[in-house]
Amino acid sequence: MLTDKDRIFTNLYGQHDFGLKGAKSRGDWDATKEILAKGRDWIINEIKTSGLRGRGGAGFSTGMKWSFMPKEVGSRPHFLVVNADEGEPGTCKDREILRHDPHKLVEGCLIAGFAVQAHAAYIYVRGEFYNEALHLQAAIDQAREAGLIGKNACGSGWDFEVYVHRGMGAYVCGEESALIESLEGKKGQPRLKPPFPAGIGLYGCPTTVNNVESIAVVPTIARRGAAWFSSFGRPNNAGTKLFCISGHVNKPCNVEESMSIPLRELIEKHAGGVRGGWDNLLGVIPGGSSVPVLTKDICDNVLMDFDALREVRSGLGTAAVIVMDKSTDIVKAIARLSYFYKHESCGQCTPCREGTGWMWRMMERMVTGEAELEEIDMLDEVTRQVEGHTICALGDAAAWPIQGLIRSFRPEMERRILARRSARL
Amino acid sequence: MPKLTIDGIEIDVAPGTTVLQAAEQLGIEIPRFCYHERLTIAGNCRMCLVEVEKAPKPVASCAMPVGEGMVVRTSTPNILKARKGVMELILINHPLDCPICDQGGECDLQDQAVAFGRDRGRFAETKHAVKRKNFGPLVKAEMTRCIHCTRCIRFCTEVAGVPDLGGIGRGDHMEIDTYVEKAIGTELSGCLVDLCPVGALTSGPFAFKARPWELKKTETIDCLDALGSNIRADSRGNEILRVMPRNNDDINEEWLGDKSRFAVDGLMRGRLDRPYMRKDGKLVEASWSEALQLVASKLKATPAAAMAAIAGDLADCESIAALKDLMSDLKVANLDCRQDFAQLDPNCRAGYLFNATIAGIEEADALLIVGSNPRKEAPVLNARIRKRSLKSSFPVGVIGPKMDQIFKYDHLGDSAALIEQIASGKHPFAATLKAAKKPMLILGMGALSRHDGSAILAACRKLADATGMVKEGWNGFSVLHTAAARVGALDLGFVPEKGGRDVKAILDGAGKGDIQLVYLLGADEIDVSRLGKAFVIYQGHHGDAGASRADVILPGAAYTEKNATYVNTEGRVQRTKLAVFPPGQAREDWKIIRALAETIGIHLPYDNLSQMRARLADINPLFAKTDGVEAAIWGQFASEAAVADEPLKTAIANYYMTDPIGRASPTMAVCVETFVSGAKPRTGTHG
Repeated sequence: MLTDKDRIFTNLYGQHDFGLKGAKSRGDWDATKEILAKGRDWIINEIKTSGLRGRGGAGFSTGMKWSFMPKEVGSRPHFLVVNADEGEPGTCKDREILRHDPHKLVEGCLIAGFAVQAHAAYIYVRGEFYNEALHLQAAIDQAREAGLIGKNACGSGWDFEVYVHRGMGAYVCGEESALIESLEGKKGQPRLKPPFPAGIGLYGCPTTVNNVESIAVVPTIARRGAAWFSSFGRPNNAGTKLFCISGHVNKPCNVEESMSIPLRELIEKHAGGVRGGWDNLLGVIPGGSSVPVLTKDICDNVLMDFDALREVRSGLGTAAVIVMDKSTDIVKAIARLSYFYKHESCGQCTPCREGTGWMWRMMERMVTGEAELEEIDMLDEVTRQVEGHTICALGDAAAWPIQGLIRSFRPEMERRILARRSARL
Repeated sequence: MPKLTIDGIEIDVAPGTTVLQAAEQLGIEIPRFCYHERLTIAGNCRMCLVEVEKAPKPVASCAMPVGEGMVVRTSTPNILKARKGVMELILINHPLDCPICDQGGECDLQDQAVAFGRDRGRFAETKHAVKRKNFGPLVKAEMTRCIHCTRCIRFCTEVAGVPDLGGIGRGDHMEIDTYVEKAIGTELSGCLVDLCPVGALTSGPFAFKARPWELKKTETIDCLDALGSNIRADSRGNEILRVMPRNNDDINEEWLGDKSRFAVDGLMRGRLDRPYMRKDGKLVEASWSEALQLVASKLKATPAAAMAAIAGDLADCESIAALKDLMSDLKVANLDCRQDFAQLDPNCRAGYLFNATIAGIEEADALLIVGSNPRKEAPVLNARIRKRSLKSSFPVGVIGPKMDQIFKYDHLGDSAALIEQIASGKHPFAATLKAAKKPMLILGMGALSRHDGSAILAACRKLADATGMVKEGWNGFSVLHTAAARVGALDLGFVPEKGGRDVKAILDGAGKGDIQLVYLLGADEIDVSRLGKAFVIYQGHHGDAGASRADVILPGAAYTEKNATYVNTEGRVQRTKLAVFPPGQAREDWKIIRALAETIGIHLPYDNLSQMRARLADINPLFAKTDGVEAAIWGQFASEAAVADEPLKTAIANYYMTDPIGRASPTMAVCVETFVSGAKPRTGTHG
């Protein structure tokens, strides 16, 4: 279990001052100038060796992502974009950073921006996060006033500005290229890749898009060293991570824990255990609504990291642990998620636009059992018709929960169909 | 030059090519809906998925640039399965109402569903439907059928330059819409019908008229503006039911103006299908021999100096040449083809051609427009200017009235005196033109048909010389004609002979009684009330202005009803093909003149079309070759004179009705109501 001295987000629960004074007392903005003085290669290398993987869900190496940016700034400026459009159901980690520890993010922007040679960072905040955006803006203003950002940020000689942009409440704008489109004032629809944002991003310029948590941990890694960070978790799954535990637990909470912590330990230590005891557990969605649900027998032993969850055909995603006990109507729960994806599909490409609606409608029938047994296989096939054929990952995200349901809870679905049929006869 | 392998075949392609284009070069067809080579890439239909080695997922080939050593497979079982899946998803909310859909038979969705889809549907839920939308009289929208490929949106915003269409709503609520209900405000709206791969956007006037397999397709050219756009006329029986563009990269690419496309229903209305003679002030039906006898006697009886002939805007080169031959034999010097009084100088070909060529617009790097609104005079050419201006910085200056344009331009003013100022380098735009490598000038009929048109022409010539528009391999001096017949008639010398009268003088003379006989070869744009007491022979195809004043009517053929030659504004010789026969007793125009000459006792030395065409080539060797453009030699034309300091006007106020066919067309009448006179359809909120 992670000890307090190794926690990065020491004001996660907001007991202390979120402002500059409070942040400085927690060690933020300490010797930022010296970190920058070590040069961008050192920073990128440090982040690479720390093993930090993107905290937004896909888990791509953050240092690697930065190294994709052009080595020299050409005619087009570089940009850093921070994805604070946290909309994944079950996820509420970025919100806590924004409202209780915004200086970690602002400082992270400076270091990351310096590393990718950007003079400007745009933080795209989810529209619903009104107070969070106010706190963030206050933090930016304080930092600017203190000379920490702005012209000659921290006395490093690097000019750096941070701008806050508030979204309008579209889940798909959390997809990096849709976020860029939205930031440019266009309709939030994902772009085709290639070209990737590192080549052609915001306003056609090289852009790095990172999650809030990925950026906010950067200053601490730079201060305490890559070795410290990578000492947590298993190899290739290093570091500490914010977990959001919700659902049928006694004490739902956000908690910073070491990666690769066993799921059971996480729930029992921090969330007060499953309602009615561990044996009352039906299943867990381990990484936000997009990843397949795990059954209890898997939950007994699984570790919470990228690779372990991949092995059990789920994913760490945003590490939003949604716990469901045996009172849950699991089919209805997944149908509700299908509705969410149907509602949030941007409508650009065929499989997602048409498929999410079809899947949801079928799921609704699965809830009541108003279907045929063969339709379970057909539903599974439809999810595979959508998965991997879309422009962005929203299609995959809509398909996976249903695939997980069919894989893990098929008997329940069949039972409903048969019950409905016998009631009809 | 990246080398890649597609289905086991190696190919070198230019960098930046997409996988789909590379496959096309190999003749491997990849199905697609959203991809269109003249629009930006959307990559949203997902029909063109292919397998690329080392890529974890299928890749949309339309959006994937080729890479060195790429290995692509286009028809593996996995890919066929993926396409089948996408096809099924496209179809789940499609109404499958092919029996009542006009796209049936030429529908990409039908074709690809047969080729790549399942043989039955599995979608058991309710399909969604979209409320009927009103996109105006030309484009009929049935958006329930839409597959959201967004070709129409991209066409409107990119090519047509009007942001009228967009996608509203998200997910399966996404709809293509005009935001607020309005008719699509572009002269190229018919192209949406061509682009739509399904039956969502179909032709309004053609609705439920015919199935494509019933139609005879004739490849011909358009004559309703001076571009000579390549078209295909689809006919059933003796009626042209619709016109569609053919691809010609040098002229119209694959676009076509709405007038050229939709005015063809005018060909079935107001037609002259038999000869008429005026008796006691009334036109009565006559036989060909009576009519020709009467005309012949009049031609023989009238002194040559009191006779005149005017060629109209739709006249073909064969009939113009025949009429000129006849008139020369009769020693008539009063000939003209410039109905609008345009003071074009027939002596130098470069002085009346669009020398830069239409495709050449894309090479130009600065443009001055004088007295022209290309959007109304030649919408397809206008789209080329937009295409050029989107490519890179392209300064455009306009002298003339302000206009609602689809490219950015500097309005320099509307006074003709500005031409002189630019020519002499006093105006700042002169520097822009001089700095350009290939500067260009578009000179419109609005300027040339003024009383001082000749002086304007001379001033423009001076401007072209002064700003370096004419150089080795480039001539930017471009006259934009509005009449399909004009360049051909000038090439054939259908202008006043020595001492002859031009149109203005003919009309003045007729009013005074000096001109006693006027032969109108389809001339309808003159003020017929000024013909005074003259005996008027009208040869043409529509009962329009000319016919209403005529004493004898000789019914001719419209451009879709004859094998005829036209020269477009660039000087490109092209030929129409007979799609349907002229109605009733109407005949091909040159044959009428040939028969008339015979009645008078003059033998014109051509008995068939090939002899007629040999005669054309005789008069001007240019007519020996079709479809190409020969650079005209820059020479002296138009004499300098004072240009009046008056505001310039443009030639066309009402795009939809510029000729007898448009004026007879009910569709064009509705367009005028919708787009020109501003009457809006009443809706429920109008009380």
